[in-house]
Amino acid sequence: MDAQFFFEVLLGGLLSGVMYSLVALGYVLIYKASGVFNFAQGSMVFFAALTTVGIHDMGVSLWLAVPLTMIVMIALGLAIEKFVLRPLVAQPEITLFMATIGLAFFVEGLAQAIWGAAVHPLELGIEDVPIQSVMDSTGIAISQFDLVAAGIAAALVTALAIFFSKTRIGRALRAVADDHQAALSVGIPLQQIWGIVWAVAGFVALVAGLLWGARNGVEFSLTFLALKALPVLILGGFTSIPGAIVGGLIIGASEKLAEVYIGPHVGGGVEGWFPYLLALLFLLVRPEGLFGERIIRRI
Amino acid sequence: MRPTGEVILDLRNISLAFGGVKALTDISFDVREHEIRAIIGPNGAGKSSMLNVINGVYRPQQGEIVFRGEHRRNMNTYQAAKSGIARTFQNIALFRGMTVLDNIMTGRNLKMHCNLLQQALYWGAAQREELEHRRIVEEVIDFLEIQYIRKTPVGRLPYGLQKRVELGRALAAEPSILLLDEPMAGMNTEEKQDMCRFILDVNDEFGTTIVLIEHDMGVVMDISDRVVVLDYGRKIGDGAPADIRNSQDVIDAYLGVAH
Repeated sequence: MDAQFFFEVLLGGLLSGVMYSLVALGYVLIYKASGVFNFAQGSMVFFAALTTVGIHDMGVSLWLAVPLTMIVMIALGLAIEKFVLRPLVAQPEITLFMATIGLAFFVEGLAQAIWGAAVHPLELGIEDVPIQSVMDSTGIAISQFDLVAAGIAAALVTALAIFFSKTRIGRALRAVADDHQAALSVGIPLQQIWGIVWAVAGFVALVAGLLWGARNGVEFSLTFLALKALPVLILGGFTSIPGAIVGGLIIGASEKLAEVYIGPHVGGGVEGWFPYLLALLFLLVRPEGLFGERIIRRI
Repeated sequence: MRPTGEVILDLRNISLAFGGVKALTDISFDVREHEIRAIIGPNGAGKSSMLNVINGVYRPQQGEIVFRGEHRRNMNTYQAAKSGIARTFQNIALFRGMTVLDNIMTGRNLKMHCNLLQQALYWGAAQREELEHRRIVEEVIDFLEIQYIRKTPVGRLPYGLQKRVELGRALAAEPSILLLDEPMAGMNTEEKQDMCRFILDVNDEFGTTIVLIEHDMGVVMDISDRVVVLDYGRKIGDGAPADIRNSQDVIDAYLGVAH
């Protein structure tokens, strides 16, 4: 097996891994700030992509359709916080989780009720072709689209990581996640913070929806992406933004390599289950993930 | 005795009940500027409930709170923080996953004003603001002598140090009133001495008014200017430590039983 082929598979995997990270990021944001595992994140990705395409199909240019969708997504995020989560404040985590499951079906249904269930192509103007210069010099095929998508995702993740660690609102978000009562006592307005988080999660869902929609077409199966984000979260840790990126890279690279090198021996289809196996093994060794907050218990 | 000023906080006829359980019954007392005011009483006397009323966690069914001349039916936690009331909790309420530095930085939350967009870009004003507040937080850290644990997640610290970090977070808000719920509970003698020194220094150097709940009678009698005694949700004593020590009611209800 030649090294060139190995690197091509590895790079392709890493680049698609960044795309997984993008979806995982939405979960991390909400989990960090409110301790809620938002099952509806995948539906929000679907909703965002479908809304963009829907507006675009009405004859609006993509340059306008994307900002319009962004407004819709932020409004959706704020509405979810206000009408679903605020009334459930101080309920057990499992209640909130159940609420987001219900929410997932609602958001999926709403998207299809408004825009229909047909499969739409989404053309962002970035072609999914190998970059010629790299191809010529090294013989490795790297998709131009994948590279751009990875660049966007990396920029977004870096920005959010800095926002969370270095700013007042970022710190307030982490504080709220940690202890509501204490956060209130130092004057952090809970509801405002949750509103911001859901709005940002809506925005992240839009970016993920656009990139994945452009790559796979905008259809219902986008919601299943959410499931691919789970092993990423388990590897990276539910509370870590850098963890979401590293987890995504590991999952992306390992599933592609597994498909190519293990696949032929077991009849293929490895890509589908390998990430979950990896996540399962990881849970046994390090349940808090690579970068998650260590679970500290005093006995 | 310290020179104390005007009445800054006046609690009038406060009653608080949870269903049929009366936590506080018709309690009145005041807090003067710059004093150290202790609230003592046996377990379940309503001391923590009293602090929770002042800080807006509980809403009393009856009574009135006059804070800096402003009459209110009850406080609200966010408003209380905004108007300069900071507190610590009996069972430490720190942000466990965050470092000491970040925990104390949250105390500056209300003093920072850059908007979401500026912060998202982390540019110019937001960065300057961050650095400026960081400097104040470093002063608090120096003051409490916890430089060596600045970057440690608080969940990993021993109990006594966590209490100190919580005090730091409250101090970072530059409060006019500091509410301390059992600041010395579970500490050894040395830690208690340190904590006493910090409380006295805060009071002295920053002129902060302090309301504290404490079980250690030696400490209470040493550092406080005036003491309120609660028993079963009623006030049974109020005055200088020397008077409280000699009050027969208090001895019967509290000290008498304990010794």
